[in-house]
Amino acid sequence: MHEMAITLNAVEICEQAALGRAVTAVTLEIGDLSGVVPEAVEFCFDACTRGTLLDGAQLRIERVAGQGRCDCGKEFMVAALFDPCPSCGGYGVELLAGRELRVKELEVA
Amino acid sequence: MCMTCGCSGEDHHHDHGHHRHEYLHGSSGQKIAVETDILAKNDRLAAENRSLFRKRGVFALNLVSSPGSGKTTLLERTLADLSGEMGLAVIEGDQQTDRDAVRIAATGASVVQINTGTGCHLDAHMVGHAAEQLDLSGIDILFVENVGNLVCPATFDLGEHHKVVVLSVTEGEDKPLKYPGIFHAADIMLLNKIDLLPHLGFDVAQCREMAQRVNPAMTIFEVSARTGQGMDAWYCWLTERLSAAS
Repeated sequence: MHEMAITLNAVEICEQAALGRAVTAVTLEIGDLSGVVPEAVEFCFDACTRGTLLDGAQLRIERVAGQGRCDCGKEFMVAALFDPCPSCGGYGVELLAGRELRVKELEVA
Repeated sequence: MCMTCGCSGEDHHHDHGHHRHEYLHGSSGQKIAVETDILAKNDRLAAENRSLFRKRGVFALNLVSSPGSGKTTLLERTLADLSGEMGLAVIEGDQQTDRDAVRIAATGASVVQINTGTGCHLDAHMVGHAAEQLDLSGIDILFVENVGNLVCPATFDLGEHHKVVVLSVTEGEDKPLKYPGIFHAADIMLLNKIDLLPHLGFDVAQCREMAQRVNPAMTIFEVSARTGQGMDAWYCWLTERLSAAS
């Protein structure tokens, strides 16, 4: 359950950015191929924010779909890391999106 | 699905009793663009570890696998066979006990045990502090044996040169497709316990094909840490990469 460590890191980043102000909302970007389960981050969020500047903040998670580019030049949506290129059938596509794990923005009171 | 209440909704927010709800509604406060990677701190510490290893001429490998794949046995054999030729050290990661560190120490190699408690992976911070406890002079290869877990260690860079995934033939050939994250993050795969193949229905060709579907650049060695079968190819790779890195 590495989502606990991920959530604690996100809270630490938010507390530094909030400069002592109470945080009312947090937006995270989580890629579908990041290896992090958004529902598990939601589950950890209350425990990780208790007693911090984020206590009671609303959590918004924006999911980022996987996107890749094959050697043949084809760009396509990647649902799993072993998806073949729909054009040439090749594997090992270069990932252009889907690995994101970012704190996007905050709202402070 | 929401893990809190079991519903399928994504747009709602739970009141768990301790929320200060004056913050939940309105949200008319100031917005701050943060745009920071959640793993930024780990990645910074991993870069520091990588820089330390480079400066000290240490080739670092992060061994990842499910529990029971034979990582420690593989290390015991590797240390016993190569210790006359090069300096070897190990950082052992387990949730509890120093049992693996005791086994490694019996080979004569330097070892530091990290106990993560309930933690499911090693991170760059833990490895940096463990490395401080080792005398890196005279160490050519540092093996980091991660916590046995085929999921979480994929996400955390420790500053290693390579992630090495160990898969044993008792686990089933389809693990690369079931746990693609870790097989995508690693570029070396040790298929261990091949001495047991005559007793199992494990399809080696299918396993190789599945691993290379996830990662076409994967280099695969078929080994038995127990009998020593196939270990020479692994040692050749270590020796070649060590001389290339130094």
